[in-house]
Amino acid sequence: MSAKQDLGTQLHQVGINTRSYSGVANLPALIISAADWGPAAAVAKAQDWRWAGSWADTDAGRMHLYALLAQGGEYLLLTAQAPLERPEFTSHTPHYPAADRLERHARDLFGVIYSDHPDGRRWTRHQAWPQDWHPLHPAAEVRTQGRTAADSSYPFITLRGDGVFEIPVGPVHAGIIEPGHFRFHAAGETVLRLEERLGYTHKGIEALAVGRNPAGLLHLAARVSGDSAVTHAWAASQAMERAVGATVPPRALALRGLLAERERVANHIGDIGAICNDVGFAFAQVQTSRLRERWQRRNREIFGHRLLMDSVVPGGVAHDLNTTQITTLRADHATLRQAVEPLFDIFDDHPSLEDRLVTTGHLSAEDAGALGCTGYVGKASGQALDLRHDAPYAPYHELLINVPVQSEGDVAARVRVRMAEVHMSLDLMDHLLRTLPVGDIHAPLPNPPAAACGLGLIEGWRGETLAFVRFDASGCIARYFPRDASWFIWPALERLIHGNIVADFPVCNKSVNGSYAGVDL
Amino acid sequence: MLRILHQLWRVGVATEPPPATDAAALEALGLELHRAIEARFRHSLAIRVVDAGSCNGCELEIHALANPYYDIERFGVSFVASPRHADALLVTGPVSRHMETALRRTWRAMSAPKFVIAAGQCACGGGEFGGSYASCGAVEKVLPVDVKIPGCPPSPEDLMRGLLAALRVDETTVSESCGESA
Ligand code: SF4
Repeated sequence: MSAKQDLGTQLHQVGINTRSYSGVANLPALIISAADWGPAAAVAKAQDWRWAGSWADTDAGRMHLYALLAQGGEYLLLTAQAPLERPEFTSHTPHYPAADRLERHARDLFGVIYSDHPDGRRWTRHQAWPQDWHPLHPAAEVRTQGRTAADSSYPFITLRGDGVFEIPVGPVHAGIIEPGHFRFHAAGETVLRLEERLGYTHKGIEALAVGRNPAGLLHLAARVSGDSAVTHAWAASQAMERAVGATVPPRALALRGLLAERERVANHIGDIGAICNDVGFAFAQVQTSRLRERWQRRNREIFGHRLLMDSVVPGGVAHDLNTTQITTLRADHATLRQAVEPLFDIFDDHPSLEDRLVTTGHLSAEDAGALGCTGYVGKASGQALDLRHDAPYAPYHELLINVPVQSEGDVAARVRVRMAEVHMSLDLMDHLLRTLPVGDIHAPLPNPPAAACGLGLIEGWRGETLAFVRFDASGCIARYFPRDASWFIWPALERLIHGNIVADFPVCNKSVNGSYAGVDL
Repeated sequence: MLRILHQLWRVGVATEPPPATDAAALEALGLELHRAIEARFRHSLAIRVVDAGSCNGCELEIHALANPYYDIERFGVSFVASPRHADALLVTGPVSRHMETALRRTWRAMSAPKFVIAAGQCACGGGEFGGSYASCGAVEKVLPVDVKIPGCPPSPEDLMRGLLAALRVDETTVSESCGESA
């Protein structure tokens, strides 16, 4: 019995009617009623489905909600509709804590009403527009406005008690990082509670995508989170290609794999150094930033961009490789493998690092599972999921993927996972170059049928990354929603910082490295 | 410790001798920057970076300025945590409406004279995101901008060149106001 029939049967048993839905290309889906939206999540939760994201869309005068569930590498989409005038649904949040902010995002931007959502506060909206105006609701008129005030009245949850004090941090941080606000409650040095307030870099990406052509969408997707340019562009591209039933040439797919692994290596190497630097081990950062710089220079030389932006194009990739370039890259892999060996050896068992990283920022396997954490955050806390292994897409379906899993759940475990992933990426890239198929590097996208929808799912360096795309009748983008892995990393940070000292926040934060831009959109 | 020393000895200094073909140009650029900082800022230029809504690509390249290849600190440039210590404000991203006030306040907290440098296509002209219900667009829509460093993102060399240009901006054009206008 397929997972879909399985959940369908369970839903029927509690009196929830379902219908099969085939609106999203190649994805098993069930339609339920808006009132059953929350109760269905309760059933899915009881069946151990992982919650992988939710988003809204408006089409044909209706508000559509989608939620993606997963069991291992098997996916099932739930969808429900309500009238645009009163788009009321029950909420997934009481059953899946990770749904909280994504639902509040849909509430702020689309005006979705979640009748039993436990948190009535705004999320993505600050003070740039009023509560009753929803930028992505079709009835919203264009607004012009003057200056935007600071969102100083956001009702943070406060803790009271003897010796408990609040530390507000941000949105402008001390270092060169993205803006966001952190509200700590501490007693002495110990963090009792952290509440995040993001949304500062919200620039309306979902609105900007509407009306673009496929190439324009990928240009935007590469800039959802600059450190994940390949990940988001590939996810968006895969969504479009699935929607229109395009076949991407095998050589292009292999090159996309190569690009994604290059992105993974660059970020892991940079972050490993930065994590060590955050506990005063500057040696590591000097060494890894040197390696990262060399890597990025090669990116520019061969792929035209240091961060690989715009290297994924609709139906393929922008740059082919000649034999000299392949030789250069393979030599680079050998050099990097050699260069990281003594470094990783030091990071792995250096007493002063061990002292600061072991047991620090512990995320339990239960929390990681409940929040649906993927990527290194999930893997370091016992969650073995990796799409390249569990829901493989070309070129990974032909490759051997050993998912590195750790059970400790601390900063040190996350560093170990990332070191293992660097090794694995190097092996994968070698393999991809050795077996690079001949042929074209892109194929034109066929014209999309009206209302064609597709879902892209990519294992980015942060973890599972999703993109939903719907075309309009003229072949332009009607809806784009990218769900970065960071949506589940940020709530994990709130949990793993609990009980740590305030001074360890930077290293805990860096060890999970959620993207602000990727969730602010 | 021995392993660390061994690694340091084996790798040597990446900055010297210059590792890349364009390193001579980079070195020259750095020296020029150094001289300009000496002349205008008595050996040190303190920069406060504010991401006003970027995609984080620009931040990655600003970070790269600190790696051993560029090691921008050797030319007298330092990144500071407090706007009160800063000579220049380096802004990335279009200014999201949600960052508008925070950016203005950071600028106001700096003492005059102060530079504003817009780094990246978004900061220079709105870039990929432009103006919208959520974005003010270019930094100059919010603050007086002295120097623009285009690029999406600008490379570390572009950033160094841009800083140099900032130092050459005619002193009279640099904002002397104490911030009441912003
Ligand atoms: S200029 Fe490019 S890299 Fe910089 S913030 Fe804008 S989109 Fe990102």
